[in-house]
Amino acid sequence: MTRPVLLTGGRVLDPSQGTDMVADVLLSDGTVQAVGRDIGRPDDAVVVDCAGLIVSPGFIDVHCHLREPGRADVETIASGARAAAAGGFTAVCAMPNTDPVIDNPAAVGFVVRQGLRAGAARVYPIGAISVGQRGEALAEFGEMVDSGAIAVSDDGKPVVSAQLMRTALEYARTFGIPVIDHCEDPTLAAGGAMNEGVVSARLGLKGIPDEAEEIMAIRDILLARLTRGHVHLAHMSTKGSVELIRWGKDRGINVTAEVCPHHLSLTEEAVEGYDTNAKMNPPLRTAEDVAMLREAVRDGTIDLVATDHAPHHYDEKEREFQNAPNGIVGLETALSVVVDSLVVPGHIDFGTLVQRMSCSPARLFGLPGGSLRAGTPADVTIFDPARRWTVDPTKFLSKGRNTPYAGMTLTGRTIHTVVGGEIVYSLDERREGK
Amino acid sequence: MTPPAPLGKDLLGLEPLSGEQIRLILDTAEPFKEISERAIKKVPTLRGSTVVNLFFENSTRTRISFEFAEKRLSADTVNVSSGGSSVAKGETLVDTARNLEAMRIDMVVIRHGASGAAKFLAERIESNVINAGDGTHEHPTQGLLDLLTLRDHFKRIEGLRVCICGDVLHSRVARSNIWGLRKLGAEVAVCGPRSLLPSAIDEMGVTVFSRIEDAIEWSDALNILRLQLERMTAGYIPSLREYNKVFGVTRERLERAPRDVLILHPGPMNRGVEIDSDVADGPHSVILPQVTNGVAVRMAVLYLLSGGKPELAEAAKTGKA
Repeated sequence: MTRPVLLTGGRVLDPSQGTDMVADVLLSDGTVQAVGRDIGRPDDAVVVDCAGLIVSPGFIDVHCHLREPGRADVETIASGARAAAAGGFTAVCAMPNTDPVIDNPAAVGFVVRQGLRAGAARVYPIGAISVGQRGEALAEFGEMVDSGAIAVSDDGKPVVSAQLMRTALEYARTFGIPVIDHCEDPTLAAGGAMNEGVVSARLGLKGIPDEAEEIMAIRDILLARLTRGHVHLAHMSTKGSVELIRWGKDRGINVTAEVCPHHLSLTEEAVEGYDTNAKMNPPLRTAEDVAMLREAVRDGTIDLVATDHAPHHYDEKEREFQNAPNGIVGLETALSVVVDSLVVPGHIDFGTLVQRMSCSPARLFGLPGGSLRAGTPADVTIFDPARRWTVDPTKFLSKGRNTPYAGMTLTGRTIHTVVGGEIVYSLDERREGK
Repeated sequence: MTPPAPLGKDLLGLEPLSGEQIRLILDTAEPFKEISERAIKKVPTLRGSTVVNLFFENSTRTRISFEFAEKRLSADTVNVSSGGSSVAKGETLVDTARNLEAMRIDMVVIRHGASGAAKFLAERIESNVINAGDGTHEHPTQGLLDLLTLRDHFKRIEGLRVCICGDVLHSRVARSNIWGLRKLGAEVAVCGPRSLLPSAIDEMGVTVFSRIEDAIEWSDALNILRLQLERMTAGYIPSLREYNKVFGVTRERLERAPRDVLILHPGPMNRGVEIDSDVADGPHSVILPQVTNGVAVRMAVLYLLSGGKPELAEAAKTGKA
């Protein structure tokens, strides 16, 4: 039996109940028992001093690529779940674009089991929308949901057929799950390696225009209106997309959206010098887009922050820009990048950060957690809001090292991560070289 | 202790160079022109140096021009092309280069289909790297030979009006020319169908002409780019016939110009598409002098990157430096 955990003297920040106070939190039997002062101390409790730290409901990442099955050389569900815990995530949702694709109940069950074995962050599978992610036949949503899938997506590529997307939204309503789309018009984006603009013109790289994303975003919003299904737009990157989402929400359409930390902090300028760690899809955009996305996180047009954690092998990124794969790792830098790009400049406070990284993902995806209310699962993130640290990819728990933040000094650091009442991660101060 | 080379370690493009550095290369090329006019076209300047011409894309003109430049400076040269080499067996660019470097070489001339490939290589090996064309990014020695040819004819670059015509979107020649010309004070325009111009062209400091007639009226010189035939199959333009009709540089169009317009073309030409034969072979064409200047400019670049002193270029050609 796991011993109770008492988190003492931290700033307890739980927007789900409007809590923001210095208090103790008692966790036992896998659930939150009590939050407050003078809540007592069971004799056998593990006491964790949280003075100066923020204690919040655990972060949930609805978008990551854990590469297993198929590419266990670049990440496994276990290494990804440990990296997630190190980043303060108590749960992550694994995208199905593995080899083979997670498009059937057996494959979903495999991800669930590997996640349980890892014993770090919880791992929820996302099933494919179409069989083999080929964009043709609908996958078996019902059986996948019964096996543990919490959403469906063909992420990595868009659902090209509007008819298939319509059917997916209708069919997903039956099971109450969101359909996540990777918005990209494949003909406009074909061959593109970065944002289309003056930098791509100078570097001689084929550009991807904003419209490649926006055309699909508005199509999906209109299909959500038609079907009254829940469409969730992954990794939004442009100012125009924010305007379209706002348009949809103003009309009561069931559209939600996410943004990645890198789209909140970096611009296309990072591609200068052909740095393949600045290559991702959708690409890094302009300062104007970054400003709009920050505002959208503040006002809630963008519901949540997700990492799009995408580990790649060193050799795959160590090549000519146009031939390198898209994506960066993000689980272990997400919190800090959000703190530095949104909280430090004053766009949002820590309450909104917790809302966008914990409460909203839990609520919109129907996942346990996202709250410290008594009786909810004891998934808790304890982080130091002011701690400065320098990103050293060799210290990542992820197998991936591909990050554009290497060498940068960032603010905010996860100190402990608690999943189901068990401390699954604590920052190792010796490993920090302190 | 030798002072830092005037160009740095590599020549990756004209964008990173200053106007002064570009002028230095052109000035250094002047004395080298004469070597190719001799009966014995060889000086000992780079004797003992090893240069690898690493061509991942097909090229006749540029590769041969570099090879002549290297041989006339007495360098030992090796040509590596992608077909049949370890590259065809799946070796990565960086492994290929590191293996060559392990054989102790001094310079690499690289032509590659990916933008940024020359820079990628330059950051990973110690040898000097010369970009002989990387994807749709830059082709600096072509830009330099175009500048030298313009300067030969007009005796100046500053204030010249030069229009680059055609497929600017996919052209590394266009980019190198835009940078080089602007840094030396020329006015630069581009002319072509909008589908073959970068969408951000208006932010690149050039004038844009949609009609070739307007471009000809404005220009002192036209640099006419080759229209790759695959642009038509990829749907950027409807047909070569229409391209020639709307954008082709023809004698009739040139005769209506208020002044004689100098004609440059980086080759190879599609006669009857972007340029008519009587223009290519006409009195104002400097297409062959461009090719001749290519050797001199490349000799100058090889000389300067190998640590040659610009003021000694004249002496170098007599074998004294």
